[in-house]
Amino acid sequence: MRNPSVETQGLPARGAHAADEPLLAVDNLHVEFHTRQGVAHAVNGVSYSLNAGETLAVLGESGSGKSVTAQAIMGILDMPPARIPAGEIRFHGTDLLKLSDKDRSQIRGQRIAMVFQDALSALNPVFTVGWQIAEMFRVHRGMSRGDARKKAVELMDRVRIPGAKQRIDDYPHQFSGGMRQRIMIAMSIALDPEVLIADEPTTALDVTVQAQIMELLAELRQESNMGLILITHDLGVVADVADKIAVMYGGRIVENAPVHDLYRNPGHPYTKGLLESIPRVDLKGQELYAIKGMPPNLLEMPSGCAFHPRCPYRRDECATAVPPLYSISGTRSSACHYWREVFDGGSR
Amino acid sequence: MSNEMTVAPPPQPAEAPQPAKPGKPASLWSDAWYDLRRNKVFIIGAVLVFLLVLMALFPSLFSHVDAYNPATCNLANARQGVTGAHWFGTDNQGCDTYSRVIYGARVSILVGILTAVITGVVGGGLGLVAGFYGRWVDILLSRVAEIFFAIPAILGALLILSVVGRDNSQKWGVWVVVMALALLAWPLVLRIMRASVISAKNQDYVVAARALGAGSGRIMMRHILPNAIAPVIVTSTLNLGVFISAEAGLSFLGVGIQAPTISWGLMIADARARFLSAPEMLLFPALLLSITVLAFVMLGDAVRDALDPKLR
Amino acid sequence: MAAHGETILEVRDLVKHFPLTQGIVFKRQVGAIKAVDGVSFDLRRGETLGVVGESGCGKSTLAKVLMALERPTSGSVTIDGKDIGKARGSELKRMRRNIQMVMQDPYTSLNPRMTVGDIVGEPFEIHSDVVPKDGRRQRVQELLEVVGLNPDHINRYPHQFSGGQRQRIGIARGLALQPEIIICDEPVSALDVSIQAQVMNLLDRLQKEFNLAYIFIAHDLSVVRHISDRVAVMYLGKIVELGKDNEIYEKPSHPYTQALLSAVPVPNPDGRESRERIILQGDPPSPANPPTGCRFRTRCWKAQDICAKEEPLLQIRPGTDHLSACHFAEAHDVVHAQ
Repeated sequence: MRNPSVETQGLPARGAHAADEPLLAVDNLHVEFHTRQGVAHAVNGVSYSLNAGETLAVLGESGSGKSVTAQAIMGILDMPPARIPAGEIRFHGTDLLKLSDKDRSQIRGQRIAMVFQDALSALNPVFTVGWQIAEMFRVHRGMSRGDARKKAVELMDRVRIPGAKQRIDDYPHQFSGGMRQRIMIAMSIALDPEVLIADEPTTALDVTVQAQIMELLAELRQESNMGLILITHDLGVVADVADKIAVMYGGRIVENAPVHDLYRNPGHPYTKGLLESIPRVDLKGQELYAIKGMPPNLLEMPSGCAFHPRCPYRRDECATAVPPLYSISGTRSSACHYWREVFDGGSR
Repeated sequence: MSNEMTVAPPPQPAEAPQPAKPGKPASLWSDAWYDLRRNKVFIIGAVLVFLLVLMALFPSLFSHVDAYNPATCNLANARQGVTGAHWFGTDNQGCDTYSRVIYGARVSILVGILTAVITGVVGGGLGLVAGFYGRWVDILLSRVAEIFFAIPAILGALLILSVVGRDNSQKWGVWVVVMALALLAWPLVLRIMRASVISAKNQDYVVAARALGAGSGRIMMRHILPNAIAPVIVTSTLNLGVFISAEAGLSFLGVGIQAPTISWGLMIADARARFLSAPEMLLFPALLLSITVLAFVMLGDAVRDALDPKLR
Repeated sequence: MAAHGETILEVRDLVKHFPLTQGIVFKRQVGAIKAVDGVSFDLRRGETLGVVGESGCGKSTLAKVLMALERPTSGSVTIDGKDIGKARGSELKRMRRNIQMVMQDPYTSLNPRMTVGDIVGEPFEIHSDVVPKDGRRQRVQELLEVVGLNPDHINRYPHQFSGGQRQRIGIARGLALQPEIIICDEPVSALDVSIQAQVMNLLDRLQKEFNLAYIFIAHDLSVVRHISDRVAVMYLGKIVELGKDNEIYEKPSHPYTQALLSAVPVPNPDGRESRERIILQGDPPSPANPPTGCRFRTRCWKAQDICAKEEPLLQIRPGTDHLSACHFAEAHDVVHAQ
């Protein structure tokens, strides 16, 4: 039996905050996949940080690298084919990428946990949900069967599964999609993680159920002062819950901003395009603004700025020089050479 | 809803790119062919099979001795062992083993290919009908198939061939063996095809075709068959090797191919009594039999990898 | 909004039940999934009727029955005076020319073994009298151009296109027979956010160009609002509210519609703390065993005894100006127009 309060050597203690160091910081992360067709550069120098109690939304469409970054943080990338040629992922100031597999597994699931989009395939169909939740306590906390079971019921109550006591011996398929997602969330918060990564947690759910789940996540975050990374493509969900936003495109962060600032005044042409393409009541009957072209192929990334073939602000420079993240203000940055024009609402 | 391909752990190279293979407009068949040509197992298997087929068609290219000409045998030379004139030695009748092994390829290849084609067409066709129409057609065909499926293969073949009898076997040659094997093997193909058809017929593009007013024939031939046939091709290729060894086994037991037709199974049977004094008599036909089966299995494996990488 | 013409599609009391059976050889029916359970509406030429609802509400089954891919259990779907639900053989085939569909998933709705030319040209092979053989290739290329694809890509295969382009191929196929009605079943929900607007604009343009009538089924309420003239809200196999788009969105009167609208995240963080939100408890009941009376009553905060006893009909209620199936219908603006 292992005493949970004893941390493995070399790992930061819970709650021990290094000064000036955020809870979790991704720094210049690169991830590539070696496929038969060539090397796919999925993540190209991503940096973001998260503080305790904060909700960071990572916004992007398929192929933007938002999920791959999260998988790298969790340490669940298959390597190979994936490779991390450069970058750091600092948790309390300790670079996770330099840790041994054993130390890493002390963090995964216990201190950084993840909720997936498809709860049905993430749960094991041959075990009851109670057993699966209780196992977290048995394995990681060394609890007895009876105690673990009691904790499982408590946890199911906490994620508001009605009749937790009666349903603890049901199997995953006996629950609805929303309830399954609650079970996933229960498992992920079982060990009081400091960081919770939710990868499209409501994409497979209906809107009324989505609202329930987002409310639950927000409450849990507040109760336990977790840092929450919400990975999504949904501008509505982001506007509802995020504190700050990192917008990803073609494996890079193209914009960082607090939520209100971003919606009020986007600093990157891609963000601006996304916001303008949302159907609006006052523009009904008119053509929607549409970003032209299509998302980049990871195998043949455009030169310079990955967004330049689709960008209305494009100049010659954009095809040759990769724009760095220009600082707009203390909390905002944009990876566009011409962010000033975008920011000032210049015409397309 | 998102288009995100990451659905759950275990994570895959989630946001995997579209394959961009050289030599642009490419059907899935030509993609598979592209993969095959780069597969060493396929190349080795294909070269072996090519040589074996050539041997079956034109044995005289490989041997200047006509094994079917009794004049080439000389009882005085029986069981001579490996010599310069007889590379693989001679058999009980003093015939040249090398040329007999070469001429024996024809029967093996013929039985293998004919059985695979017949089971593929019959089992595949009935599987297509059963899977597509479902209901009583499916129940009827599936039950009949299960009855045949329940017969132990070797026992069934022995039974059929011994009932058909030696005389008929002599008269109809390989066909008797082919029909016996096909009779027992078609249900396997039917089951594979049926399952594959059922999953194909629920695809959206089939629904789209129905919405356009396409008839059953068009839906089966244009939409379902091309998308359902890959597993049947794979199974048939792999089965080829199985049929070839089955033929050898049946001939060895005396119910398959009958002398004077040359078959590796018969040669092995002739050799078994003299194995200690003349091992080469058994060794060479057995070796070629193994190589042949292996060649088709390699081919089948490579085809499976190319057509359906998920099955690996 | 353009004035709309005469009614071209008339749906009356449409019911589709899927029997639940037990036993293998001797099947006996032990119940039924009431996927669509008494739906009536009209569709006029050039009009878009949006259908919203959550999974299991029957909207996709409705699409299948309208397309005659499933036979209705009862009720009628009348197109140009003929009931497509009862049509057979060549009559059904002829009727199909007039009603076509665009499917949700552009990855599974195109046959991967056929070229784009074969896919878009297939309608002409099936209905061989529409375009003479030697004109088909040209017609296919015209269609590709209409939906914004390069006509030279006629010999490519679906996997060589992106999701948005594939959806355009599906749209071109739907247009080929020049139907008057197109049923769009979640046509943009599988696409990337930056691509959705492109496809929406295309659908909009085609509607104007060819005077098409759309039935636009989706779960994304803002998308539905953008394109629809009228909107039907479905819950457990029934239409609970039906009205013009601004009637539904600004003066929803059915509690379910109100909950649905308030649950949709608004892409604007301003005032998010003070926004009214009706969070429904629980999940929708099973369509195999729907509640008596009003089907929404098990999750409804207004429910009273009458709701369990008497099924509320879809009718204009006092104080509202459009159809609503609630005993206590009351207009209430949950989402203030931004």
